[in-house]
Amino acid sequence: MNRFFGFLKKEFYHIFRDKRSMLILFGMPIVQIMLFGYVINTDLKDVKMAVLDHSKDEYTAEIINKITSSGYFQLTENLQHLDQADAVFRKGEVKLILVFEPDFGKNLIKNSNGNVQILTDASDPNTANLEVNYLQGILQNYNVEINEGRPVPSSVQVKSRMYFNSNLESVFMFIPGIMATILMLVSAMMTSISIAREKELGTMEILLVSPLNPLQIILGKVTPYLALSFINALVIIGMGYFVFGVPILGSFVLLMAESILFIFLALSIGIFISTVAKSQQVAMMLSMFVLMLPTIILSGFIFPIRNMPVPLQVISHIIPPKYFIIILKNIMLKGVGFEYVWKETLVLFGMTIGFIVLSLKKFKVRLQ
Amino acid sequence: MNKDVKVIRVKNLYKKFGDFTANDNLSFEVSKGEIFGFLGANGAGKTTAIKILCGLSYPSSGEISVAGFDVYKERELLKRNIGYMSQKFSLYEDLTVYENIRFYGGIYGMTKQEIDTKTNGLLDQLDLQHSRNKRISSLPLGWKQKLAFSVAIFHNPEIVFLDEPTGGVDPVTRRQFWDLIYEASRAGITIFVTTHYMDEAEYCDRVSIMVDGRVEALDTPTKLKEQFNALDMDQVFLSLARKAKNVE
Repeated sequence: MNRFFGFLKKEFYHIFRDKRSMLILFGMPIVQIMLFGYVINTDLKDVKMAVLDHSKDEYTAEIINKITSSGYFQLTENLQHLDQADAVFRKGEVKLILVFEPDFGKNLIKNSNGNVQILTDASDPNTANLEVNYLQGILQNYNVEINEGRPVPSSVQVKSRMYFNSNLESVFMFIPGIMATILMLVSAMMTSISIAREKELGTMEILLVSPLNPLQIILGKVTPYLALSFINALVIIGMGYFVFGVPILGSFVLLMAESILFIFLALSIGIFISTVAKSQQVAMMLSMFVLMLPTIILSGFIFPIRNMPVPLQVISHIIPPKYFIIILKNIMLKGVGFEYVWKETLVLFGMTIGFIVLSLKKFKVRLQ
Repeated sequence: MNKDVKVIRVKNLYKKFGDFTANDNLSFEVSKGEIFGFLGANGAGKTTAIKILCGLSYPSSGEISVAGFDVYKERELLKRNIGYMSQKFSLYEDLTVYENIRFYGGIYGMTKQEIDTKTNGLLDQLDLQHSRNKRISSLPLGWKQKLAFSVAIFHNPEIVFLDEPTGGVDPVTRRQFWDLIYEASRAGITIFVTTHYMDEAEYCDRVSIMVDGRVEALDTPTKLKEQFNALDMDQVFLSLARKAKNVE
């Protein structure tokens, strides 16, 4: 046992003395959360818009007031003529122009039919779509308001409610994804690199010749990353909870247990990579391309899996983080218990066993 | 050297990988305190044999004991009683001199008191006391190498295996390194050394030369030179190596 602690101590020296490791370990999670939480934000906020009001009556004033007070839009210009639209969009500041027809108010009251036109800068199509939807939503509400108490000739009233994320905060989606990415990176990549480094420097030979058995060596290499990954998981969940208000509706213990399972899986992948990779470079490249890219792209972290072409959807089934992200979302946002995530848990468990068996086989072949 | 005590006994060692025979019927013995040179061209089967002697891989057949322990059944005890140093420096560059010694002593099960006492003696002897808390990366190559050797025999092994320990080092440092080897040998530690430098082969008590998986010659350098009618070990080696088929 004493030998093992000596080994652990040495591993921690390696980690704490290497600036690169420290940066990946502690800088990465915080930077990623900040990036995804603040910068990569798909929610609308203060979109600059202009108004071309041919009517200028109390109704248009009221609508404009509603739009600007929503927080989504900010009125920056009042246009006089439609010809100005092109120039305004070209300048790039204004993304949206709202046009009221002449006599909008009169038409609305007398003919029950007021027309508005929405012009958007669709050089960024997703955002343009989103802006139109938000604006239509506001106008829809206004419609309902002015018709209050009056019989409306048969119309369908849509009232939507967004379950599990009622404000459509994108950070809710990112926290589970970041967690999967970081744990994968720290556990798998750092472990594989650190084992590959011992091989490259020739110290692995010395360790193998020593009375330490291979299992002790592997455990010694892996334990520090298990501990550090766990701390990272806590930091990410903590930041999500306290800084961005991402809820943890389900059991915290279950959440942590699932995280530990995922860390074990990532560690076993790391060990497997290190049995294949002879140098740090190879280990890094393998981790990058085999782990990082699929984790970010194919796991449903950023891009929804059901929108992918079928072959990619099939591939996504073998991407471990996919299952972890499902588990995290279920526990954190839906607050469900183990009975709803046992299938995904079983998949992760199976994968862990699989990688450990594969690594042991590889290791045995080498010793023969 | 104590010729009555044999610390390595190898009898009819075979190691096969499929159709390829890496070690073909090796038999030799090494005495306590002997400096045993283990020579051969690349691909002759040296590394395979060393791995077996260090308990890293099993032979296909043969009776082999190292430091009195059987390589099949007593690997753990065997490993406790040997030291090993390879061509690559086996110290951690980002650890200090003391931390390295502490770590290696630790994995061989030495207590902190033992390690501390011995470390002081060692650092005095190597005149490295001033660098005790310096990282290995800041030491010159020659020092690293001497320290690596001292660490390899720090736990008082019966035998130390040196796999091309002096690769890439200047002649003066090599000479100093051999002084350390002699000293260890006088202290009763058996030295099992592979090398590419034929002048180093002359320093050994006995030399074995492997060709194509077999030991083709085994004797003292003087006798080998007589036998092959050669001026130096270089000529002995070349006249044997020419017969080789498995050359990398």
